Amino acid sequence: MSFHIFVQQVVNGLVLGSVYGLIAVGYTMVYGIIGMINFAHGDVYMIAAYLTAIFLAALTLLGVQSPPVIILLVLLLTIAVTALYGWSVERIAYRPLRHSTRLAPLISAIGMSLILQNYVRLSQGGRTQGTPTFLDGSVRLFEQGPDQFVQITHAQILIVVMAVLGMGVLWYLMQATAMGRACRAVQQDRIMASLLGVDGDRVISLVFVLGASMAAVAGTLVTFNYGSFDFFIGFVTGIKAFTAAVLGGIGSLPGAMLGGLVLGLSESIFSGLVNTDYKDVFAFSLLVLVLIFRPSGLLGRPEVEKV
Amino acid sequence: MNGSGEGAHGVGRWLREAAITGGIAFLLFAPITGVTLSGYTLEGHWQRPLWLAVWVAVGRFLWSWFRARPRPSPALSRLSGAFSLWLDDHRTHLILILLLGAMILPWFIGKYWLNVAILAWIYVLLALGLNIVVGLAGLLDLGFVAFYAVGAYGYALGHQYLGLSFWAALPFGALLAACFGVMLGFPVLRMHGDYLAIVTLGFGEIIRLVINNWMSFTGGPNGVRAPFPSLFGIDFGRRAAPGHVTFHEYFNLPYSNEYRDIFFYFLLLIVVSGMVFLVRRLRRMPLGRNWEALREDEIACRALGIQPVTVKLSAFGLGAMTGGLGGVFFAASQGFVNPTSFTFMESAHILAIVILGGMGSTGGVIAAAVLLTVLPEALRDFAEYRGLLFGCAMVLMMVWRPKGLMGMRRARFRRSGVA
Repeated sequence: MSFHIFVQQVVNGLVLGSVYGLIAVGYTMVYGIIGMINFAHGDVYMIAAYLTAIFLAALTLLGVQSPPVIILLVLLLTIAVTALYGWSVERIAYRPLRHSTRLAPLISAIGMSLILQNYVRLSQGGRTQGTPTFLDGSVRLFEQGPDQFVQITHAQILIVVMAVLGMGVLWYLMQATAMGRACRAVQQDRIMASLLGVDGDRVISLVFVLGASMAAVAGTLVTFNYGSFDFFIGFVTGIKAFTAAVLGGIGSLPGAMLGGLVLGLSESIFSGLVNTDYKDVFAFSLLVLVLIFRPSGLLGRPEVEKV
Repeated sequence: MNGSGEGAHGVGRWLREAAITGGIAFLLFAPITGVTLSGYTLEGHWQRPLWLAVWVAVGRFLWSWFRARPRPSPALSRLSGAFSLWLDDHRTHLILILLLGAMILPWFIGKYWLNVAILAWIYVLLALGLNIVVGLAGLLDLGFVAFYAVGAYGYALGHQYLGLSFWAALPFGALLAACFGVMLGFPVLRMHGDYLAIVTLGFGEIIRLVINNWMSFTGGPNGVRAPFPSLFGIDFGRRAAPGHVTFHEYFNLPYSNEYRDIFFYFLLLIVVSGMVFLVRRLRRMPLGRNWEALREDEIACRALGIQPVTVKLSAFGLGAMTGGLGGVFFAASQGFVNPTSFTFMESAHILAIVILGGMGSTGGVIAAAVLLTVLPEALRDFAEYRGLLFGCAMVLMMVWRPKGLMGMRRARFRRSGVA
């Protein structure tokens, strides 16, 4: 592998990793607070991709032309509706099961995932959809000849910038506001927090809304960059983002971002070195291996089960 | 939430709640169902989200009304109690009647429905396997289809490369799947329960992707041929291979390919009956009791000296073996396997059967498997909504009846008539 290809794969890996990190946040926060895997989260991301394309088409029909305005409006609208989806999923499928057996919310989550996939398939059709790419500029680095360069598209730069920005906002919300303090309190001890006047149900709803918003950012950015999606993208991306969350240590916010970057980079370099057919196999094998050998992840603490 | 007997005030509140729910539903449905992407433009279908939102609001209102009603009288629960006692007394008769019905069935349905019935029995077999893992041992396995695929490909590839016959492939495929199950289960079962779900999900996808991409060995998306079984060396084809004899020649019958389907049906019936018997026995043995105990409380079990990993591994391995067995039958009945039969949707289908039937209940699982296989065939329009309905069923069952439609019944002590 030549130097240029290697650097190109690193760039691609960082972009991919930012996307995984943004989605992994939703898994890690929900797991941290109610200890369940939200299987429907990947499908919430898929819905965000559809919403992006729909809002993009609607704004174009309305005659909005300036790219920054389009990006901002699409992003805000998508975040709003996707957050509502995240909230509804929790309200319908998980809240009634708060005091049920361990298995019940997991099965309910699988059911919710099937519902979202088929709902989108039935209303939007099963075929692969596309959007026009309107951010098509790029920057070339290390240019040494006709095929000897590293290309970074403007959409890729936007992804990394927005991912860093989104994580920064989330970090601020969690560390410096009363709302974030309530979240962290519920994460540590839900009963104690409720005795001190923190409404657990509201905090859990909030976590789903925040997780869905981050997935919405990811969905919008990916749609801007690749421009093609179908109703099934949430499945594979969801498992990979969950892998990222586990890799970084589930329950930890910086861990989710770090895990995302590690997974994105290693997957991208694996595609460059070995082959692309097996890149999903590589990611899933990584998940199995991490869970076997280091279930607490890179930044997580080992879980102690108390009676 | 809603106090009972509040009269007008209650109704007003329900109406307000219904309106809010409908409003939220409209916001959710409007962008996805109200417009469809076609190329780079949009097509409007504004009546769709409106109707959906109205239905959601009506549903919410009815639900509030339903919840505020007084509880059903105890007569109903007493009746169902009496029914379940009656069922206990006549259980053996009932099973015999059903078995007899299943045995005479192939002569009354046509060729098409016979094939549906064969598929239904394969699903019964798979669901019984998954029921051991999910229902009895409480381990959520989302990659059950992996073992199904291992069994099916074990037979197809075993035939292609090693010349295995169906009868040799039956134990071979089952053992191979069990080996895969134990190999995956041994490291994974020590972990937290939720992780198992996601690891098995990943494992199922790994198996499918490897089968799909390893062109030189598995044929990739083109699939592999899997021949039909023979009966003691007697073929079911129209013409026998050299040195063999065909079924219709041997018994001096006119040729019909219905014989082979009926033969296959009975073969499956025997295997399923054996499986039901095995599960019934296992549940009363210490091993089965350990499975259920572990499902309820792992820490207490460890304190009592039960080895969680060994016990879970036995359930996982047995489930995988049944999945492999189902795979061999599936491959033989289709005559051909390719990776599209082993997607996550297949795992979800089997899981939906186990959940609808009531996790742990053998009778319920069999009924659900037959129902969920025959229903999509009977109602063709319904097939498109299959995934949506499975999803709704899973969520509703968990919220409303986590124990399943029929629920699991335990052996219980009864006062005998004499005492």
